[in-house]
Order: sequence, then C-alpha cells, then structure tokens
Amino acid sequence: MNPGATQPSWGLAAEFAGADALLAAAHAAHAAGYHHAEAYAPFAIEGLPQALGLRSRGIGRACLGGSVLGALGGFFMQWYAVAVSYPIDIGGRPAFSWPMFVPVSFSLAVLCGAFAAVGVMLWRAGMPSLYHPIFNTPDFDLATRNRFFLALRSDDPAFDAQEARTLLARQDPMRVCEIRP
Amino acid sequence: MSDASSVLRGRWGYASITDHIADRVLTQPPGPLWRLAFWGTFCGMLAFGAATAHLLRTGVGIWGVNIPVGWGFAIANCVWWIGIGHAGTFISAVLLLLRQKWRTSINRFAEAMTLFAATMASLFPLLHLGRAWKAYWLAPYPDNMGLWPQWRSPLVWDFFAIATYIVVSFLFWYLGMIPDLATLRDRASGRVRRWAFALAALGWRGEARQWMHHERAYLLLAGLATPLVVSVHSVVSLDFAIGNTPGYHSTIFPPFFVAGALFSGFAMVLTLAIPLRRAFGLQDFITDVHLDHAAKVMLATSSVVAYGYLSEIFMAFYGGDRYDIAMTTDRWTGFYAPVYWTMLVCNVLVPQLLWWRSCRRNALLLFALSLVVNLGMWMERVLIVVSSLHRDYLPSAWGYFIPTVWDWAFLAGSLCTFAWLFLAFIRLLPALSMSEMRELVHERQEARP
Repeated sequence: MNPGATQPSWGLAAEFAGADALLAAAHAAHAAGYHHAEAYAPFAIEGLPQALGLRSRGIGRACLGGSVLGALGGFFMQWYAVAVSYPIDIGGRPAFSWPMFVPVSFSLAVLCGAFAAVGVMLWRAGMPSLYHPIFNTPDFDLATRNRFFLALRSDDPAFDAQEARTLLARQDPMRVCEIRP
Repeated sequence: MSDASSVLRGRWGYASITDHIADRVLTQPPGPLWRLAFWGTFCGMLAFGAATAHLLRTGVGIWGVNIPVGWGFAIANCVWWIGIGHAGTFISAVLLLLRQKWRTSINRFAEAMTLFAATMASLFPLLHLGRAWKAYWLAPYPDNMGLWPQWRSPLVWDFFAIATYIVVSFLFWYLGMIPDLATLRDRASGRVRRWAFALAALGWRGEARQWMHHERAYLLLAGLATPLVVSVHSVVSLDFAIGNTPGYHSTIFPPFFVAGALFSGFAMVLTLAIPLRRAFGLQDFITDVHLDHAAKVMLATSSVVAYGYLSEIFMAFYGGDRYDIAMTTDRWTGFYAPVYWTMLVCNVLVPQLLWWRSCRRNALLLFALSLVVNLGMWMERVLIVVSSLHRDYLPSAWGYFIPTVWDWAFLAGSLCTFAWLFLAFIRLLPALSMSEMRELVHERQEARP
C-alpha cells in the first residue's frame, strides 16, 4: 500500500552524491516552474540560491539600521546624561564634549548592528524551528555530511506527483522518495 | 599561495573530513595526556577561584600594588589577555574579507581562543576594582541617585569596548558553528547529546535559503568585527595615552597596542595550533603553509612593534621633555631594565629568525618561538604599566612595585583557566569548521577536474 495514498505527502525528495548534480537538478526544477523547490547541501554551494530563484535581502539593511540606531542611541544617551540629566561644571568646560562620546557610540553601533544582522538572519532562515518534514527523508542525516537533496513541495502550484517524479528521475539521483509531513 | 590545494593536503572527501573532525568530539575518547592536562588545569582553576575569594575578602592589598604603582600585574594581565584575544577575530573577520583560504582550518579554535582570552582579560579590571561587587556601576542603569558613568573616562570606554568585543565575538563564533552543530546532531548516538546538539543547532537543515542568509550575515559580522579588532585595543591603549604620565602620554599608543595585540595573538594561535594538530592528527588541515603564513604575520607585527619602541625613544629625545627622557633612560638602566632588555630580545631580536623560510616551517622551533613572544609581550605590558608609574614627576612620589606570591598566583590561575576552557572546547565542540573544510574539498575538486 502506498502511504501517500492515505496521507497527503509533503513532497518528493531526490538524493544526490555531488554538488554539481544538485545544482543541475535545481536549475531543471526552476525551469520547470517549481518556484518553491528546496535544496539541501552540506556546505554553501555557489550559485545554488540563484538557481532556485532565491535572493538574500534585508539582512544588510537590518544590519545598517541596527548600527545607526545603536550609534544614535548611544550618542543620545551620553548627551542626555551630561547635558540634561546630571550636568557638572568642571572649571567651565563644555558639557557637550562630543569627541569623548565617540568610542561608546561606536561600540554600541557594532553591538546593535551585529544583533540586528543575526536576528534578521535567523528570522529569514526560519530558525529556530526544530521540526521540518524533510527530516523524515531517509538518509537525511547525511545532508550535513556528504549528501545533497532536492525537495519539490506538494504545495508548489506547479507540483504534479507524476511529473515531479519524472523530473527528478531524469536528474540521475541516487534515489527519489516521498516525504511524510 | 593560498589556493585550496596548498592549504589542504591528502585525499580527503566530504565524508572523511567530516568524520575525522566530528569523531574527536563524538566517538574517540581523549588520550591520557589530554586528561592529565584537563585535570591539572582544573586544579589551577580551583586555585584561581580560591585566590579570588581571598582577594575579595581581604582586598587588593594582597597584591604588590600600592601608591605610586597602583595598577601592577592586574592591568598588565588584562592588556596582555585582551591582546591575545585579537588574533581570533583578525583571522576570522579580516582574513575572510581578504579571501585568505588559509584561515579556514584555524578560524574556529582561534575564535574560541579569542573568547576565552577576552574573558580572562575582563576579569582582571573587575578584580582590580577593589569592590568588585560594585562592578555594575560601570553600566548606565537607572539608579536612585540619578548618577551616570563618567563618559569621558577611557575606563568606561573600555567596559563598552570589551563587553561589545566579547558579545560580537561570541555571535560570530556561534553563527559559524551552527552548521557544524547540525552535523554533530545528525551523527551523535546518545539521546542526550543528540538533543543538546539539536537545540544548539536551532533546526539547521542546510537548506540553500539558510546557507544564503547565513553567508550574508557571516560576511556582515566580519565587516563589523574588522573595525572592532582595531578599536578595542586602541581604546585599551587610551587608558594609558589619555593619562598625563611620562611614557603613557603618547599618540603612537593605539597603533602600537594593536600591532602588539596581533603579535601576541598570533603567537598564542601557534602555541595552541602546533600541539593541537599533533594531538588530533590534523597535519593535513593545519599544514606548514598555515604555520608559514602565521609566522609572516608575526614577523610583520614584530617589526611594527619594534618601530613603536624606536619611535618612543626618538620622541622622548626629540620632544626634549626632561621627564620623558628620564623615563626612557630609566627603562634602559633603572630598576626594571632587565624587563626592558628581555622584552627587546623576545619581541625584536628572536623573531628575526622568521626571515628564514626553514624557520617558519619548523613546527618545533615556531612553538618555542611563540612561547618566547608570549613572554616578551607580557613583559612589555608589565613594563608599560609599571615603569611609568614608579618614576612619576616628583621624586618624593617614587616607589617600586614588587609582585607578591598572589600576583603570580593570579597570572598562573588565569593561564590555567584559559587552558582548561580551551581543553574543554576541543573535547565538546569541533575544533575545525567542518562545513568550511567541505567547501575547501569542493573547491579543490573544481580546481582539479
């Protein structure tokens, strides 16, 4: 009995032995109209996100925004402390001695920029999420070692179980299997 | 020089390279030497804790510090440790931006070294406060007296700079390790370990989307960490340079300190890398090319440090300030002259050996040399802190600093704690980045069709 008949499958996964095979398969899937295909690799493969039509946006802007906020916030905090909250007259020296505020503002800029970059990266990468249907794929524990996977999701508008299986089989995979949700 | 084949020897594939590194953590029990070192340094760490308890109960008077030399070993150790902590981020961030392939196999443990060294560094000023339990006064917080930290003080800048450095270094280290934690999750056998690695990996699947965002964020953090490397020790140097004390009050201090930091940091990288590669059989990953490159960086920074020494002397006489001149001649012939000359031998004379390629590729010699440089840089930090304070403007305020047994105990204790943390790290986490090594294997395959 086919388990996919009783329970709708999450998609189809093909396993590959090399990066080039995965890259070729990703290109083929994208060309066939699969815009939600997911590729899994044990290291960052150059050109793979482009093959899948993915683009990294937002992290750089978040990092810049965080840095600017950190710098301005730090600068404002120091100005507020010495000019408004607790001004001290030391021999008539100016309260707002801004060059002395640069080191702390800089530190806070770097700190906030780093937190923003990491935070947005985790959010955009869908992390942390400890469960994902792809983990049900046989051999998937090797995806962080030496195997490469391409998954076609069944909720992709272009998905058709039969065609997807043919498409993946044409890419000369080690095996193709259905993924339980 | 730095193409994939010169920094990775042997016939390694994705699986074998992953297993070789992961098995050190997962299956292969540590050798007797590791256990001896681990428990030995553990005892040292306990002694460090006991010494700290004694310090907090009695006060900083157990050290040899007194007026006029109020800073002593504590501040010298802080400057030395934070300097050592610079090489890790330099290797990870600056060399990443410069696309230096040889960083790949040394960045992970160098970053760990940075974290542990910076932690040691941050302890010393806190212990030196005298009332360490009031350390939170350094942070701006809404207290009911309406007080703020003194924003014009380099000591407050230090707090922000070092705290930022530790946090950003940790983020960088952890972000780079997430794919490796996922590998360990998938390869660990015990339930507890699998769960622990799974939680730490945050659900990493190695999806193209995740790799893409990961790479982007990693690059951005490298960009942020690069000015941080330069700024932290610059701020530390301002603790001295802003003080109007002969020998401190000098504009060369920030670059001089940063060069010294990289110098001692790379020395510590070699001190750790050479035994590590031997104990773990990593000669194919940490090759002689890596040692050669690290030695070249040491030679370059040694030259900058030597220039700093010369410039200090030149400026003292060229400036004509009698206190600066007295300070300089006192370094040559005074009470602390042995420290000065040892420092010159360790930091300038001995590193000249690195001009010879055969010396740069001789692991044993480099290991010995790295220890000499570590010692020399520590001497330099002590000399800077102590010699200027012990001969101030007024002869009536002159005095000597003689370290007590507690001063040495704190130095030894911090060394043991640092070593213990590092030994625990190489046992519990992958010492080399598996995912980046796989990338290197891939690049080598591409290069050799």
